[in-house]
Amino acid sequence: MKADNRTSESDIRPLKLGGNAERAPRPLIFLGLLWLSLLVAFSVLVTLLVTILVEGLPVLSSDLVTEYPSSRPEEAGARPAILGSVWVIITTAVLTLPLGIAAAVHLEEFADKHNWLNRLIELNVQNLAAVPSIIYGLLALGFLAMLQVDNKNIVIGGALALSLLILPVVIMATREGLRAVPREIRDASLALGATPWQTVWRQVLPASVPSIATGSILALSRALGEAAPLLVLGALVYITFDPNGLLSGYTTLPIQIFNWTGRPQEGFHQLAAATSVLLLIVLLLMNALAIYIRNAYQKRW
Amino acid sequence: MTITSAGTRRPTTRSDGEAPVLFTARRRWSESVIKLVLRLAAILTIATTVGILIALVIPSISFFSEVSIIEFLFGTRWAPRFAQASFGVVPLITATLWTTMIALIVAVPLGLGAAILLSEYAHPRLRKILKPMLEILAGVPTVVYGFFALQFVQTTVLREWLGLPTQAFSVLSAGLVMGVMIVPTIASLAEDAMSSVPSALRQGSAALGANRMQTSLRVVFPAALSGIVAAVVLGISRAVGETMIVAIAAGNQAQIVASPLDQGQTMTGFIANAALGDSRVGSLEYNTLFAVGLLLFLLTMLINAISIGFVRRYREVY
Repeated sequence: MKADNRTSESDIRPLKLGGNAERAPRPLIFLGLLWLSLLVAFSVLVTLLVTILVEGLPVLSSDLVTEYPSSRPEEAGARPAILGSVWVIITTAVLTLPLGIAAAVHLEEFADKHNWLNRLIELNVQNLAAVPSIIYGLLALGFLAMLQVDNKNIVIGGALALSLLILPVVIMATREGLRAVPREIRDASLALGATPWQTVWRQVLPASVPSIATGSILALSRALGEAAPLLVLGALVYITFDPNGLLSGYTTLPIQIFNWTGRPQEGFHQLAAATSVLLLIVLLLMNALAIYIRNAYQKRW
Repeated sequence: MTITSAGTRRPTTRSDGEAPVLFTARRRWSESVIKLVLRLAAILTIATTVGILIALVIPSISFFSEVSIIEFLFGTRWAPRFAQASFGVVPLITATLWTTMIALIVAVPLGLGAAILLSEYAHPRLRKILKPMLEILAGVPTVVYGFFALQFVQTTVLREWLGLPTQAFSVLSAGLVMGVMIVPTIASLAEDAMSSVPSALRQGSAALGANRMQTSLRVVFPAALSGIVAAVVLGISRAVGETMIVAIAAGNQAQIVASPLDQGQTMTGFIANAALGDSRVGSLEYNTLFAVGLLLFLLTMLINAISIGFVRRYREVY
């Protein structure tokens, strides 16, 4: 590319090269447009943050965390929603992490890549990642109906939908982590007499813990912000108690935001904005933790 | 991969007795149990797909025993809760088309512009800063985007600042915000595709006297086309399946949407809204949810299949 400049500046110009120069008007306009596209995206992000901060900060106080919902905005808080989110996310993690990691270990370490079943599983994981989140809500709804559960608003139901939703993400992140462990580690372990499973359990998995942790935290942060499947499962309810078990009724932070956004009173919109700020802070912390783990513990072979 | 080589070794040790005895027989038994458990976990992902199909198809069969498929697919009035109930899904589809189109008009130029900048122009150090910033956009919960679309884009920008003749909701505000939401999806996949074009092609282009703009547009872009199309198609499927933004900002009146300033109910918006009411399991209302869900599922699977097929057929292998 430096070659361009030199030719265009030189005296001998048998070829018409002026229009090709890096600093001709058209390439400069093009570069300007590229920067503009990033700028537009970022300015929307900044506007969004400013909007919820301006609306939410006046009512962002400890009351939001400690109070129960109320029909009067000045008294209302999101305490049950916060606890509900904690319950649902922890249950989701317990359900999805062992399953996702096990499936990834099978696909990456033991599966015969030419077997039709394993190829089908692989294609299927890709496909599941593209299924709209609300469909997982319908799946869990149908499952609960099949078990003849009358009350669909239970923690385990919501966690089931979210687990299946993020399962493909966990599987793909884990596989990437396993793939990054070099072959020599496995060979050395096998050569010392370890069985394949011992090799995986004592060498490969520990070595890939940082990237698995990073991927899992990111997947769980996605589940934390997700509302659509829980909406289908009846999580939009007026809850004035602390959820206390897997069969307890619950609501979550995103659902609480949805609920308050839909109310006509301005006070509730402020609460929705304040809760959004709270949710974004939690998500930001989770992301920061994930990035920290990746940078601090990831081995470079 | 590596471990399969060890796996093939096992039968031979087992069959010929002269192999050194390593006290591994007991371990091997537990080993195969563990492997079976792992395999079951992987198979469970298929069970999820089968489960989705069963969960959607069975209520849909009861639905279609009461409503004809022709009426469902081509009927132009969607009023499942009215006394004179009508189940034409066309209004929901028009709203979905509008929001998706508007989102793409925003997301495709912005996403591809960002991708070209990151892949062809940005210094690696700059890219390391810009990419995570772009990914923050993908991390914002959709319900927060919905709040933003309704409270700021619709109320403040469209109605107050621009004075557009629009009511409390519109497919325009939902579509615009959804577009911004899928920018990182398109940008990140398209950038991957363009970065994997070998630099020999760029050098060849530069050696022939092309500048960076010409190289990007006439060499790199066509070479990465299959990946770029896949990125856009994934963006489409995100937009079709997105729920919270449209449930909040697009409105919930099912009508044929004629202008972007109209309100309308998308397929996802209907499912979200109808699920709020407590419909009895097995009732027609309940089954309607699953019939629309099945349509949505098949639609996204079709879009996904197109994407995979496109990548397979047109991928340039270097």
